[in-house]
Amino acid sequence: MATVAKAHSEDLPDHPHGWRRYLYSTNHKDIGTMYLVFALFGGLVGGVLSIGMRLELMHPGLQFFHDSHMFNVFTTAHGLIMIFFMVMPAMIGGFGNWMIPLMIGAPDMAFPRMNNISFWLLPASFTLLVISLFVEGEPGAPGVAAGWTIYAPLSTTGHPGPAVDFAILSLHLAGASSILGAINFITTIFNMRAPGMTMHKMPLFVWSQLVTVFLILLAMPVLAGGITMLLTDRNFGTTFFTPGGGGDPLLFQHLFWFFGHPEVYILIVPGFGMISQIVATFAKKPVFGYLGMAYAMVAIGGIGFVVWAHHMYTVGMSTAAQAYFVVATMVIAVPTGVKIFSWIATMWGGSLEFKTPLLWAIGFIFLFTVGGVTGVVLANAGVDRSLQDTYYVVAHFHYVLSLGAVFTIFAGWYYWFPKMSGYMYSETIGKLHFWLTFIGVNIVFFPQHFLGLAGMPRRVADYPDAFAGWNLVSSLGSYLSGLGALVFFFGVAQAFMRKEKAADNPWGAGATTLEWTLPSPPPFHQYNELPLIK
Amino acid sequence: MLVLKRLTLVAITLVAILMGGEAALAGLGQPSPWQIGLQQSASPVMDNIIWFHDFLLYIITGIAGFVLVLLVVVMVRFNARSNPIPSRTTHNTLIEIAWTLIPIVILMFIAVPSFKLLFLQLNVPPADLTVKATGKQWYWSYSYPDNGQFEFDSLMLKEGERKEGQPRLLAVDNEMVVPVNKTVRVITTGSDVIHSFAVPSFGIKIDAVPGRINETWFTATREGVYYGQCSELCGKDHAFMPIAVRAVSEQAFSAWVEEAKKKYARDEAPSATTVAAAQSTPR
Repeated sequence: MATVAKAHSEDLPDHPHGWRRYLYSTNHKDIGTMYLVFALFGGLVGGVLSIGMRLELMHPGLQFFHDSHMFNVFTTAHGLIMIFFMVMPAMIGGFGNWMIPLMIGAPDMAFPRMNNISFWLLPASFTLLVISLFVEGEPGAPGVAAGWTIYAPLSTTGHPGPAVDFAILSLHLAGASSILGAINFITTIFNMRAPGMTMHKMPLFVWSQLVTVFLILLAMPVLAGGITMLLTDRNFGTTFFTPGGGGDPLLFQHLFWFFGHPEVYILIVPGFGMISQIVATFAKKPVFGYLGMAYAMVAIGGIGFVVWAHHMYTVGMSTAAQAYFVVATMVIAVPTGVKIFSWIATMWGGSLEFKTPLLWAIGFIFLFTVGGVTGVVLANAGVDRSLQDTYYVVAHFHYVLSLGAVFTIFAGWYYWFPKMSGYMYSETIGKLHFWLTFIGVNIVFFPQHFLGLAGMPRRVADYPDAFAGWNLVSSLGSYLSGLGALVFFFGVAQAFMRKEKAADNPWGAGATTLEWTLPSPPPFHQYNELPLIK
Repeated sequence: MLVLKRLTLVAITLVAILMGGEAALAGLGQPSPWQIGLQQSASPVMDNIIWFHDFLLYIITGIAGFVLVLLVVVMVRFNARSNPIPSRTTHNTLIEIAWTLIPIVILMFIAVPSFKLLFLQLNVPPADLTVKATGKQWYWSYSYPDNGQFEFDSLMLKEGERKEGQPRLLAVDNEMVVPVNKTVRVITTGSDVIHSFAVPSFGIKIDAVPGRINETWFTATREGVYYGQCSELCGKDHAFMPIAVRAVSEQAFSAWVEEAKKKYARDEAPSATTVAAAQSTPR
């Protein structure tokens, strides 16, 4: 290993330039950058769709959409894009690719060419999803309007046009991409750690990625199976989900959520890792309860596989099954609590410097707690009876994903931006971005709890007039968050234009992981001599 | 004399229904502007849901508040200015055991009433009456297997069809009528895609799945109209297939059944199909 690493950079000719550098790339940092750029693009598209939905919902009646089919095409595309083309590429493809080799002291990923195909499958997958928007879905109308959950039979007989087929193939490619990435990450983490870096010395970000990629490896094939059955039901006369042929629509829901629940942990667990690094860095104090933190993530990942049917309390499950899923789901609160309290304990006694990444991290800890406790409410089938498929659920999962996962992405972005680009961002713009987003998203999503309790169903383009007030507030909040996103993009452009050189370690003594020992930006090939971990 | 009295009572009730008696019950059975909590209860199950939700709300507000307080304390006491030298503490076995065990205890306190509520909802008591609700794209059909051979469709009233005081997107042409203070068993199924039958004031929501029969139950404790909306995405007009349940006195219910039998008759005569087809066209 060491000799291979040594052979790079100094002895070899310069790296390829121009489009070849990216299209043919086998370099984990270049691929990570492409993932991040792709995620920014995905986030922009998904964000525009969400503003479109809030514009429609700002007032009762249909304003911008002439029927609610197109509105539901927006909700569907917003969900799929944010999950598969924003959060996953940013967290796993982007930060994972960039930071795992740097943090474990490896020269690159275990399978660099596979890394290349993992990335390049994504634009292809995204293209298929875009095509699905322009071909017939529901009779006479373009696009998939079945929600990101694509429940049968709405996605089979309810969508006779080929749009759902394109969406299925898009998900297949995105799934293949992430499975290949998962194999690569697992191999890298297990085999390419620098001498002396035992599993229990790995940074928590690497632990979080390891847990995440195992979830991907085990959950994605189930989705692939489910949507393949959907595809054959649609095109080849099978009846997996059709009662008339001995199938069952609920089978699809079980398959979908057996993937879908681990999927939501795939979206948040890498964020847990980033928050641990950031909190420890800016508190100038090692992580409190390292082993507890690592195994809490393992526990969350493990239990995450046995709670799927809490998404299905109203489908008519037996009492015993519902009771089991209530208990199993509530158990997840315990390791999650361990993480929240350990982050606070890490900061306790520390010497906090409120740089932008820490603001996002603290914002995350509080908002994720809010989303977590409403999760405990929803876990109870008895009260979920009233809340299932209402805006309460929308509020809950946006608190844990939009205000949770996305906050961690921004925390990680500001934390590693100096390392990745070599330039410092402007603290003023970073903080302005934080406060606009923090206030904006809370105005968007907190009132949605009220709407859900009052009974407003999700995935509707129009609502009874009594819901008008809080919907107006929620929409106004989304415009403020949109402004925050513009400030973010401005900040990125400004950082690249003013070119303020970042130090190798801009964060000081608290930043103890290996990436801060390298120059900013790191050389094209790093660790010509593998670091030795004491 | 008595018969006459009863008949007048029925007539008065029917007139009251036709005149739009729901005006007096505004706020019950439907959401109200700027509402921040659950809808008012009109069934024993919903009473329990509201109690349990309030109980959970105290607990989760306490937990979120506790975390917020800790964060504020940390930010005030342990920032670089007030605490320039960070400690090196990374372990405290006692506190780590505490923050594992205390949440478990809290969860057990939640689980006990949670299960009581769950069993109340799912153990359907002996019913006085069964109503079958079939979800269709995009309206509901109701039949009353205990009360004769009739089935009728319930479609949302559009602009211009609503009477004064009827809520937009909630009012329907033919309401599902049930007697007050009687245990009603609702069985649901879907005829094309999955729909979901929900009435917030009764605390019920049950999916209408093609190829399956699901059941739930409620007892309306007050007369009035109770609105709900389809609660599973079912296509283009998912937002426009509301549920309206009218709870009336037992006499009014019997009178309604007699009327419905004639109005929505589905006898086995050859003309049945044409009658049914005529019924299902929106008025």
